[in-house]
Amino acid sequence: MSLRIKANWQRAQLNLQIDTNIPTSGITAIFGRSGCGKTSLLRLIAGIERVKNAEVLFNQQPWQIDSKFEPIERRRIGLVLQQPSLLPHLSVEDNLLYGYKRTPLAERRVHPELIINLLSLSHFLGSDVSTLSGGQQQRVVLGRALLTSPQLLLLDEPFSGLDNQSKAEILPFVREVVERTNIPVLLVTHDTREVEKLADHVVFMENGRLAPPQTIADALHQPFSPLFIGSECASIFVGILQKTDDFGRQKVSSTKNDGCYLWLSQIPTAAVYNTKHGFDSRVRILAKDVGIALAPIPDISIQNQLSATITDINHNENYVLLTLKLEDGQILHSEITAYSFSKLELTFGIKIVAMIKSLALD
Amino acid sequence: MTNLNVEDWQAILLTLKLAFASTLILLVIATPLAWWLSDAKHQTIKTAIQAIVALPLVLPPTVLGFYLLILLGPEGLIGQTLGQMGLPNMAFSFSGILLASVLYSLPFAVQPLQQAFEQLGRQPIEVAASLGAGPIDRFLTVILPMCKGGFIVAATLSFAHTLGEFGVILMLGGSIPGETKVLSILIYDHAEAMNYQGASQLSLGLLVFSFVVLVLVYRVRQQQYGQRK
Repeated sequence: MSLRIKANWQRAQLNLQIDTNIPTSGITAIFGRSGCGKTSLLRLIAGIERVKNAEVLFNQQPWQIDSKFEPIERRRIGLVLQQPSLLPHLSVEDNLLYGYKRTPLAERRVHPELIINLLSLSHFLGSDVSTLSGGQQQRVVLGRALLTSPQLLLLDEPFSGLDNQSKAEILPFVREVVERTNIPVLLVTHDTREVEKLADHVVFMENGRLAPPQTIADALHQPFSPLFIGSECASIFVGILQKTDDFGRQKVSSTKNDGCYLWLSQIPTAAVYNTKHGFDSRVRILAKDVGIALAPIPDISIQNQLSATITDINHNENYVLLTLKLEDGQILHSEITAYSFSKLELTFGIKIVAMIKSLALD
Repeated sequence: MTNLNVEDWQAILLTLKLAFASTLILLVIATPLAWWLSDAKHQTIKTAIQAIVALPLVLPPTVLGFYLLILLGPEGLIGQTLGQMGLPNMAFSFSGILLASVLYSLPFAVQPLQQAFEQLGRQPIEVAASLGAGPIDRFLTVILPMCKGGFIVAATLSFAHTLGEFGVILMLGGSIPGETKVLSILIYDHAEAMNYQGASQLSLGLLVFSFVVLVLVYRVRQQQYGQRK
């Protein structure tokens, strides 16, 4: 399952030079700064622009090759753009069903009831489009795209025009929708946190060129990954979210090792994309929130004390960036001062305990 | 109060027939032309086409009429070709003045549509396409409803402008009753014949009608503007 793209496209300021295979399972993020050609690439894939001599093959289907060019309406692609693109002359319900009605019966795999439930849209159905907030509009746009049962969902910075509140409203839905519908997603973004929360694979893009695809784990293992340019170094802990205990704490435990878990305080929102019990969750941990001890410390307020091994050490001007491997194989980054580093006599390969405050994980 | 005679009624009906027919033809021609202009990649060609479309706004109608007379007459390029095909001559005929009004009112149909299409942008069309709508489907379910105001303005202006046509028809059509003698020509004839009463009631009718049409056009424009705000 892959998307093959080959193109040499000279645009005004940009030369798009691509010859790559992008995985089409789960969510693949195409990450790069503004102006690196992300949106052009997406327009090429969607067939909005017909680029001379380009090749686009989706799971062996020729979308564009030689003189063959499949128009966008026959590619069965779901499109969510930066600006909410609801049709203003139609009601929310008519917008939602616009593509569904045009999808042949045999190809309808996603149905309105599922989408209306998943995206909590039932209150808006009769509303006028203009009365919805930006986040609500994007939810309807996402639902409308999914209801065409697309072969591929293209998201072009769909959250960048939204304020944090609206973002928090829609982000949790995306992952769940993908898991429930099994539709592969290409997410174009320049937001590190979106990649950390959503992506399974990431492809870095710079000056019209694409790097080979990496898994999100591999991308996050590199402390100097392009993801962390202009953003703080962080790592992601993946686990299953458990029920809230009597103290209001929630436990996220590793699927591979029961002894490896994190306590979260109260209701995590920003750091965790999937807050449903029993589901895979991702917790984002900033490197500067991870402290190091040589042994577990019982009499301390910090509840998250995870055994780990130092696998990489990077010295910087004022701090040292450590890469730690947890007992279940997941990777954590820790940023400590040069002073602490030398005082603890840390070296490559030694066992330590990573200390993370629960409150830092909100 | 009115005492319109048979000749007056004939001219009114002919004028309405001409105005309806040219408006219909104009919408069919102007829509794709305006669409192309609203998205033209090639700036030089776009500018040239825009200038040609706008020519009737600045040219004296007699100039347009003169060239059409030359082209459509029995010796003209089009007239000869039609003649060889055994078809009647278009000069001094209804089809001749219909062609003339279509050319003469072209900018009044193209410009409001082009403006509406430019305001619409390409995104709604791309989105509709991604949702599985083919070209005709997109035109009917997205372009037409979203640019409704542009179409109304284009149609009313074309219609009203055709009513007021005089110079081109005079050059091309002469004044054959029931064939080319439209209201504006008849008013001229009445005035020439010192029949001021006949000229005045037809003139007043046209004046009132034109005013009402323009009020409607501006109201539609206002509503469109208000909606976007």
